[in-house]
Amino acid sequence: MSSPIKLRSSVSDIDHSLGSVDAPMVLLEYGDYECSFCGQAYWIVKELQQTLGDQLRVIFRNFPLTEIHPYALNAAMAAEAAGLQDRFWKMHDVLFENQERLTPTNIQSYAGLLGLKIDKFNQDLESKKVQERVSSDFYGGARTGVNGTPTFFVNGYRFDGDWTTDELLTTLNGVQSRKVQRRARSSSNPKEADEKALR
Amino acid sequence: MALTLLERGTVAPDFQLSSTPDQTVALSEFRGKNVVLAFYPADWSPVCGDELTVFNELLSLFHKRDTVILGISVDSSWCHVAFAQTRKLHFELLSDFEPKGRVSRLYGVYREKDGFSGRALYLIDAQGIIRWNHLSPIGVNPGADGVLDALEDLTSGKGERYVFPHQTQIFSLRH
Repeated sequence: MSSPIKLRSSVSDIDHSLGSVDAPMVLLEYGDYECSFCGQAYWIVKELQQTLGDQLRVIFRNFPLTEIHPYALNAAMAAEAAGLQDRFWKMHDVLFENQERLTPTNIQSYAGLLGLKIDKFNQDLESKKVQERVSSDFYGGARTGVNGTPTFFVNGYRFDGDWTTDELLTTLNGVQSRKVQRRARSSSNPKEADEKALR
Repeated sequence: MALTLLERGTVAPDFQLSSTPDQTVALSEFRGKNVVLAFYPADWSPVCGDELTVFNELLSLFHKRDTVILGISVDSSWCHVAFAQTRKLHFELLSDFEPKGRVSRLYGVYREKDGFSGRALYLIDAQGIIRWNHLSPIGVNPGADGVLDALEDLTSGKGERYVFPHQTQIFSLRH
């Protein structure tokens, strides 16, 4: 009963990813841009990236809780639409750093700020492709043990500890020492993986 | 003391609890539908996206499989009303308040020392038989995956489609 929950939908090229695909530690977050706990976790993940450098790969998947967060779905779609112009992580950062300001008007101004082609952005924002991406992230998460936001998976297993403490870092360090097998990939450039995400 | 869940394949004991300050609900009223009993420690857990919130987002999937969700904790029905309104929960929360924890005890999930229920899930079929159960470790929210898997086995058929509650279009799923 207390065996760790395994990630069912494994990390793939379509995921938004930062850091080397060969990094021994993989931190996957299911998050909601309007969730204040995810906002707190955002800075913790940044710190981990600084501490662990190229040892860490970070993945983000959408888990908007639309009943309690009216802007979360739109925000998730905005990040995906930005991703189609290779600005997923930039939008992701702007959204988490401006959690109190996620109205459609706010999002338009962020798109402008990031230098996105606005017409394309708006078209993508409404597109079936982007909506499908977000709902499939959500559904996939719900079917793989996501039990609230944020939910983290460390190297494919749900992290059930307290992410606000050193426990997350300790868990990540723990997997580093283990033998890590990884499929050879054609590209080690995370930006490319990001670009591929919605193709 | 370790909690012991009621066994799968046995009849789910009937009970009656308050769902609002002036309404009661009996388990037997739902005969003919599947029922998920979600026992949890208390309203107002300090996270915005907990187990109940996740279930709430997935309600359409449960409804499609003719399944009702009932949340159960020892909080009073006044407390439940406020909590459900704030979290915009669209399923009933039952109040195991007086005598305190009676139904939680009946289902083997009452934590005597703490004075509240553990996080446990039961899936009861249309005939009132317990088909699946799960007790979460302390401090861990169960996700919806376990009960959705069990429900899928029970009702057979995959390939469902998920739509966010306020989203009108239906999209196919990758996973």
